Amino acid sequence: MLELFSLKKTFGQTRAVDDVTLSIEAGQMVGIIGRSGAGKSTLLRLVNRLTDPTSGTIMFEGRDVTKLKARELRLWRASCAMVFQQFNLVERMDVLTNVLIGRIAHHGFLSSMARHFTDEEKAMAIRALERLDLVPQALQRAGTLSGGQQQRVAIAKALVQKPKIMLADEPIASLDPANATRVMDALRKINREDGITILVNLHTLDTARAYCERIIAMRDGQVRFDGTPHQLTPERIHEIYGTEGLDEDIDEAVTSTSFVSGRSANSRVYEAV
Amino acid sequence: MITASPSLAVRQFEADYRRQRSDARRLQLISVTLFATAVFISAWADGFFDTTEVNLPSGERITTWKLWASLPRLGDYLYKTLPVLRLETLGPDLAEWFWRWPVWLELLGETILIAYLATFLGVLGAFALSFPAARNLSPNGWLLVASRRYLEIIRTVPDLVWALIFVFCFGVGPLAGVLAIAIHATGSLGKLYSEVNENIDMRPLEGVKASGGSWFQQMRYGVVPQVIPNVISYTLLRFEINVRSSSIIGYVGAGGLGQEIRTAMSLQEYRDLSALFVIILVTVVVIDFLSEKLRHRIIGFENLRA
Repeated sequence: MLELFSLKKTFGQTRAVDDVTLSIEAGQMVGIIGRSGAGKSTLLRLVNRLTDPTSGTIMFEGRDVTKLKARELRLWRASCAMVFQQFNLVERMDVLTNVLIGRIAHHGFLSSMARHFTDEEKAMAIRALERLDLVPQALQRAGTLSGGQQQRVAIAKALVQKPKIMLADEPIASLDPANATRVMDALRKINREDGITILVNLHTLDTARAYCERIIAMRDGQVRFDGTPHQLTPERIHEIYGTEGLDEDIDEAVTSTSFVSGRSANSRVYEAV
Repeated sequence: MITASPSLAVRQFEADYRRQRSDARRLQLISVTLFATAVFISAWADGFFDTTEVNLPSGERITTWKLWASLPRLGDYLYKTLPVLRLETLGPDLAEWFWRWPVWLELLGETILIAYLATFLGVLGAFALSFPAARNLSPNGWLLVASRRYLEIIRTVPDLVWALIFVFCFGVGPLAGVLAIAIHATGSLGKLYSEVNENIDMRPLEGVKASGGSWFQQMRYGVVPQVIPNVISYTLLRFEINVRSSSIIGYVGAGGLGQEIRTAMSLQEYRDLSALFVIILVTVVVIDFLSEKLRHRIIGFENLRA
């Protein structure tokens, strides 16, 4: 179980994450929504400890994560894998090495400088790539792959970290609908088959509804909604996003980037095409 | 049809635009004036407008512009260095021009080896320091300032001055030359490498960090693959510069061809000077050519793979 207690992060005057208290059961797939600048990315980065909180505590399985330092901190980062919007791969290295970077926390100075990984690790990496249908690309440079493929490489890398939690920061924001669907399907499969807790930042409501059993909405650094997709009514959406300057309510079909939502109008358009 | 009176926003834009334009013109005028004044003052301070007195053949003494009056002497000097080369006896003439070729060839070899070893040592030091000396990568501010100042100090001192110091410490010979050029190259390359490091894409680095990578691992996987083509290119460029340096550094006793230049100058053997100049010129041209080929191959290779 992951627990956040009045977690705060300020950048100068801005309160990016403002007094967030949450508890997330092991194995949940949680979607975090909210408009740009609501603090979604900062929240995930705080959990992974890429960013240090101004105050508050993060507990995982009864252990205080906020106090970890040096090697302990690096092992925590490894056990709580991060997937980024821009993939953040080493584009000039091959796919296999990129996946093996997921094992880096378990390596000492010499073996990692020499790019030496064990056979078991390589086998682990190939198995992860196979789950994401990327074995044929294993020896290609990561930079030559399409965006969707790169994001799946990033997920394979996250998998070999053998994480307890997977954090995905807008994983489909740079992808076209077909690739977005593949990436979201992969995340759901990992959540169901491996029982890994997944926290995913999304900016498309219908994707959050389609994939997540629980939706958390943030605004101005605070949690404004926490519940099931059904509880997310148009009134609540209005409250979360604010519609000042808009003529009508937000139409989820307009903001959608995926095929998956049966409700949305543009999925019918895709079917027609 | 265009509306008769533009909107307030458009009129505001036109006023802003006019103001911006006239500001830009004023700034341009000021900078051109400052630049021209600086050129004039430097030329004056460096003696470009000095005059001298010369005797005309008529016996009259006149005051004239020094630069113009002295120019013929340059011709005299160059004339003295010209070898005697006749078409019918070209072989023996060349043999006489390059009469010390066994010594010169050996010293040329030494010159290139000095440059090679100095480049190698310089790369080691510069590469290691280029990470803490990069603003975006340095693990802490103290290390950033320390490594930057160190690189500045060692490259501010010219390699000829380092050579003088090392000849004093380690005696006459190529060891002093290697150390002198290596330390200067460390400073220059360290600066260039760290600037390459500062221009990298930080996302791969963050990807490694998020997987639990240490600082060294972040450098190894997040930075090195991005910068390696630039590092190789700058290294080859530095090797060319080091060959030039090592061919003159013998002037102060630090090994290589420079010592022959000094001997020829002090003994006023002008033709030896031109022979040495030809040897250095040919060597530098050949090395520049080869290293440029190599650099382009590396860049081309990289572009193919990218």
